[in-house]
Amino acid sequence: MGLTLTQKILANKAGYEVKPGDLIEIDVDMVLGNDVTSPVAIKEFLKIGVKEVFDKEKIALVPDHFVPNKDIKSAEQVNIVRKFAREYGIVNFFEVGQMGIEHALLPEKGLVLPGDVVIGADSHTCTYGAITCFSTGIGSTDMACAMATGKAWFKIPEAIKFNLKGKLNKWVSGKDVILYIIGMIGVDGALYKSMEFTGDISSLSIDDRFTIANMAIEAGAKNGIFDYDEITEAYVLGRAKRNYKVFKADDDAEYVKTYDIDLSIIKPQVAFPHLPENTKSIDDVGNVKIDQVVIGSCTNGRLQDMEVTYEILKGKKVHPDVRLIIFPATQDIYLECVRRGYIEEFIKAGAAISTPTCGPCLGGHMGILAKGERAISTTNRNFVGRMGHTESEVYLASPAVAAASAIKGYIASPEEVA
Amino acid sequence: MEGKAIKYGDNVDTDVIIPARFLNTSDPKELAAHCMEDLDKSFKDRVKPGDIMVAGDNFGCGSSREHAPIAIKESGISCVIAKSFARIFYRNAINIGLAILECPEAASSIEDGDIVSVDFETGVIKDITKGIEFKSQPFPEFIKKIIECGGLVNYVKEKVV
Repeated sequence: MGLTLTQKILANKAGYEVKPGDLIEIDVDMVLGNDVTSPVAIKEFLKIGVKEVFDKEKIALVPDHFVPNKDIKSAEQVNIVRKFAREYGIVNFFEVGQMGIEHALLPEKGLVLPGDVVIGADSHTCTYGAITCFSTGIGSTDMACAMATGKAWFKIPEAIKFNLKGKLNKWVSGKDVILYIIGMIGVDGALYKSMEFTGDISSLSIDDRFTIANMAIEAGAKNGIFDYDEITEAYVLGRAKRNYKVFKADDDAEYVKTYDIDLSIIKPQVAFPHLPENTKSIDDVGNVKIDQVVIGSCTNGRLQDMEVTYEILKGKKVHPDVRLIIFPATQDIYLECVRRGYIEEFIKAGAAISTPTCGPCLGGHMGILAKGERAISTTNRNFVGRMGHTESEVYLASPAVAAASAIKGYIASPEEVA
Repeated sequence: MEGKAIKYGDNVDTDVIIPARFLNTSDPKELAAHCMEDLDKSFKDRVKPGDIMVAGDNFGCGSSREHAPIAIKESGISCVIAKSFARIFYRNAINIGLAILECPEAASSIEDGDIVSVDFETGVIKDITKGIEFKSQPFPEFIKKIIECGGLVNYVKEKVV
């Protein structure tokens, strides 16, 4: 029986034949943790009793959730991670000033590459599937054990195939594609499964693909993964400091389901509270007034996201009743925004710019919502209380829709302001 | 084990199990003090050691935070029965030794307040209040081994030390 792309990568690591449902223990190429999940992992790691980590270069520790630290408790958590990194000689520890949001940072630094098996103690670790590797979220105990042994256990997943065709329309991006798909299959539509994106993917930029793979978890998926093409290669070349292997699905691979997706019919999407599956096309949104707009995160804090935000905000003003917070995902992206003059325009428009952090996305810090407030956000979850008070509301959308909404004061189509 | 059922619906996410505003600590007791707070403010007052949490589809969806199963375990819940689990929560629970069972029939039928007993050897769930018996999905051998070791750390410890 032929194997899907994900199954191929896992089978290669296993070194023997596998079929869906098999449980395997395999070597991992990168183990990731952040300031929330690593302290728990470190505690568990110390219980195991090994003297060293399995590989000082294959662990990435990225404090990004509550940094720069918001309070004493979170500072103590980061300090646990910092001390561990120093004591065990972890090469890829990223301090404030060098750090970025983990899922934007790791690919940018070339730390994850096509064909890799990557685990991260953060659910959005599935992001790296954009560059044709197997990457998935796990918990702190898995992280601890992988730091000790270099191994993790997996069930070989079945896959859902998304056969893409057509080109995206103006103001439509990867965010709209993934919201459209989650709206179609639901928040558990891909539970335990791979989401494999194939067909004509040439109109999807690498940043679009990162956004799409990032939100595979929001459909319950184990991972999201794209075929390798010249766009992947262009991104990876120059970043990779080691060899990598390109895999593709067998022609006779079996999928539990195949969806044909015509990219050209997708309109900007908005996910209403309190699940990412509650999607509507921008035409059906109605009048939704907003208090706050957040543009950034591991989902939409990349250069293309900043570019489209700039295109829309340039020469305009944020609505007086709205707070607009923009947070580029990494220092490199931030610096490029400075060089290109985006930041100046953002500030002139009335936006607040933040250093890279996960803060506002998960109601951690830097933009918490009060009771009854509404935000439109380019982040990934709109669960009850996600960005603050349990009686606040989060609407998920693309940077284009978010920026347009910031100007209008209500959820707006980019067409209304462009 | 036997306990009172505390029942919730579908898609109980990790943000309501333990909101991110409490993730600036990893102390199990502090986490348990806020467990389920954003979904059910009465939980921490009514939960008794041994109680069984029952839920619908996709339980534990969202974040990878192990703080979620840790908070549930520390609050005294002896087992979570759901129609289905989100996959990271599923492996986190197994890894830390929080008992979970996937059983759509039991999860539909059991009501809040029912007295429920669970036998892990046989996978049999009994709703004692209603007098109905259910059989849950058995765990694969490999996962049974992790559970028998008392979690992944002990399983790995046996191998490396």
